[in-house]
Amino acid sequence: MDLTIRIGGEAGQGLQLIGGLLARYLARQGYEVFTHQDYMSRIRGGHNFYQIRLADRPISASRQQADILVALDRTTIDNHRQSLAGDGVVIYDPEMCGGEPDGREFLQVPITGITEKLEIAPIMGNSVAVGAVLGLLDLDPAPLGELFGEFIHRKTAEIIATNVSAAQAGRDFVGREYPERLGLRLSRPPDRKLLLINGNQAIGLGTLISGCRFFAAYPMTPSTGIMIYLAGQAEKHGLVIEQAEDEIAAVNMAIGASFGGVRAMTATSGGGFALMTEGISLAAMTETPLVIAEVQRPGPATGLPTRTEQGDLNFVLHGGHGEFPRVVFTPGTPEQALYLTNKAFHLAEKYQIPVIVQSDQYLADSQWTFSGFDRERLVYEDFRLRGPALAKLESYQRYAPSDSGISPLAVPGASPHLVVADSDEHDRDGHIIEDAETRNEMVRKRLFRKLPLLRQEIAPPSLEGHPEPEVLLVGFGSTYGVMKEVVAELGGNRAVALLHFSEVCPFPPPEKFDYPQLLQRARRVICVENNATGQFARLLKAEIGFDCPHRINKYDGRPFTVEGLLGELNDHLG
Amino acid sequence: MTTLDDYKGQRPAWCPGCGNFAILKIMKDALIELGMEPHQFTVVSGIGQAGKLPHYLKCNTFNGLHGRTLPVATGLKLANHKHLVLAVAGDGDCYGEGGNHFLHAIRRNVNVKLFVHNNQVYGLTKGQASPTTAAGTVTKTQPFGDLSEQLNPLALAIALDCGFVARAFAGAHGLPHLQRIMQEAIEYEGFALIDILQNCVSFNKVNTFHWYKDRVYQLGDDYDPSDRIEAFRSSLEWGERIPTGIFYRKERATCESRIPTIRNTSLVEQPFDRDRAVEELAGFY
Repeated sequence: MDLTIRIGGEAGQGLQLIGGLLARYLARQGYEVFTHQDYMSRIRGGHNFYQIRLADRPISASRQQADILVALDRTTIDNHRQSLAGDGVVIYDPEMCGGEPDGREFLQVPITGITEKLEIAPIMGNSVAVGAVLGLLDLDPAPLGELFGEFIHRKTAEIIATNVSAAQAGRDFVGREYPERLGLRLSRPPDRKLLLINGNQAIGLGTLISGCRFFAAYPMTPSTGIMIYLAGQAEKHGLVIEQAEDEIAAVNMAIGASFGGVRAMTATSGGGFALMTEGISLAAMTETPLVIAEVQRPGPATGLPTRTEQGDLNFVLHGGHGEFPRVVFTPGTPEQALYLTNKAFHLAEKYQIPVIVQSDQYLADSQWTFSGFDRERLVYEDFRLRGPALAKLESYQRYAPSDSGISPLAVPGASPHLVVADSDEHDRDGHIIEDAETRNEMVRKRLFRKLPLLRQEIAPPSLEGHPEPEVLLVGFGSTYGVMKEVVAELGGNRAVALLHFSEVCPFPPPEKFDYPQLLQRARRVICVENNATGQFARLLKAEIGFDCPHRINKYDGRPFTVEGLLGELNDHLG
Repeated sequence: MTTLDDYKGQRPAWCPGCGNFAILKIMKDALIELGMEPHQFTVVSGIGQAGKLPHYLKCNTFNGLHGRTLPVATGLKLANHKHLVLAVAGDGDCYGEGGNHFLHAIRRNVNVKLFVHNNQVYGLTKGQASPTTAAGTVTKTQPFGDLSEQLNPLALAIALDCGFVARAFAGAHGLPHLQRIMQEAIEYEGFALIDILQNCVSFNKVNTFHWYKDRVYQLGDDYDPSDRIEAFRSSLEWGERIPTGIFYRKERATCESRIPTIRNTSLVEQPFDRDRAVEELAGFY
């Protein structure tokens, strides 16, 4: 079983409510779910869609072909009827879509008429639509009551009950008019509830469980979801969330809070990251722990504000003047995003460096189902020097030398010891210097001593598929899911595998896993990237000297779909 | 008891005769008078001659980027609001590069004290116009004279309803006055601005020590700093006579007091309840 539901309409019509409700409903019923959103940079109008794929086995990407299309306007029918599966259906309201298209696939559901008959607000037509979809899937609308309570802003018992009856009416209509369409190849999943989480929420949750207490940011699509999640947790978990006047302020506030002794973070997209680069360099020079989430959208400049791209890889690897150590993670799933955000806080504080977690709009807004997270994999260790341990020291130097290059990170104000940090080159006490000898000592401490230790912290890329592949797909970040599905589809006929990098800086050393040899041995290596110039392929060449002969690049602002990538791969493989 | 010896920092790299020396000395006197020990506060500074001050004071220090003094001070204060946070910046640093942060720090009203060393010129980069340079002043980078109008930081702060707005002169009879204002600013609950007029012996040959000395006067005992309109009127006086003193004072709820999660305990003192945070996983089922 593998079904795709696509809900299309204008911004402001309630796509997120319908899609969000259905996805959560299905995950709670035990189905594997994958959702993704395609939306325009506007508050009302335009054309947006919300896509839900459900299956009885783990899934990790979107398909192009839809089995159920819910059309809330005419544009949805016009734009998406070509991508309807052979036995797919379109649910539409003739009043909303201006007429009755011809074809057996069109199932008329008078959403407006039903709301009028029930004498309920037109907005509750969304619940009718949800009910109609459940009808086609032959699922019971009763559990929706609980969900409406979670999703609707003004949730009185009466409003919840009215929405449930609206959904019931939608379901009844479909059951009555299209009894032969019910069930749609749907199989029953095991009795379980699955966790449903998107990339932004996973970074937010990872931040919360890593002990981050201070978050400053300037809202920027598609990263804002992280701030929204954390703001929702602020009161319960004692966080301070500050919306800064700009990204420069945001990163400097996070640095100030981190200097003050609390874990701190900021999040942004490419344009905001551009403004933060001087701050990243400041964190590096002062050796102040800092975590930044950079959620990419297509550039240059404002680009396509609500769409996806992996175009900022080089930027996060190099952004910031001067030479300093940094760590960059590129998770491919919400699960990886959670663990890597946790690891980001751990390494940022352990090594007193900036760590960047890079995501993109596709990962940020895609929801995945998981059976759960492994709590044992989550780490928390307070590396700061505070309390009695600090007070009992005879003397303290912020930049004292050590074999590891790591100096004790004291909390100012907590003892008579003074904490002096400087963006100028400085001596062991933190005071400004200009002499060559001290400069050399500090570069060795800050950069050369830490780098080999950081490399050891980096996990090797993951290999999935055939252990001795002839065809090897290579990628980083959010393309993981679609590559994984494509490898599974091709795996029946060929020795094919996927090599995915979620920790890219420092670049994984080959000691733990000799992937450079794997790349050399494969007959055909194809680097798949959601950008125009193949930034990761160039990184691979620069870091391990492997020249990737084949590349698939997509830069239209849309994510790869299973069929889309399969098609391109088949062209390559002949 | 804290004495001047406790505040003996690095040897200043300022030009002999620089107004910064007086500000540094008065700051030490004010802190000693208030019984503050060096570890009980942090000075956050930016880049410029003023930005070097904390190194010469001996205290917790964050000497950050040019223009970004206030965001760092804000983050530090929100992390540990029981800790005294002083922000020290020059006119270029605070009103130029960091102008946006200046506006929003006042709006936010974090309990940070901002001391701006205003010498109406760029010192560290050697003599270019600053936001407080008089319009028309010719410099090496303003060959046709400064084309922008002079910024009036006091009028701007009063317009933003900043709760503590003051100006002082770092010289002669102005010094005890500066110390009183500094102490009052530190004791005030909220964001406080002191614009401190100082000479630059190397690059400002117009606004010299004597130029200031001949013009500054102190607002009288009958001046009412709670009157915002009068404060605004006074802030506009500039030229033959330049008023100094506390122009405007108003009690406003601080940013920290409006954040419920730190109302009782500062963030840095709150233990992290990891198990409770991990429980939020359940919210995604």
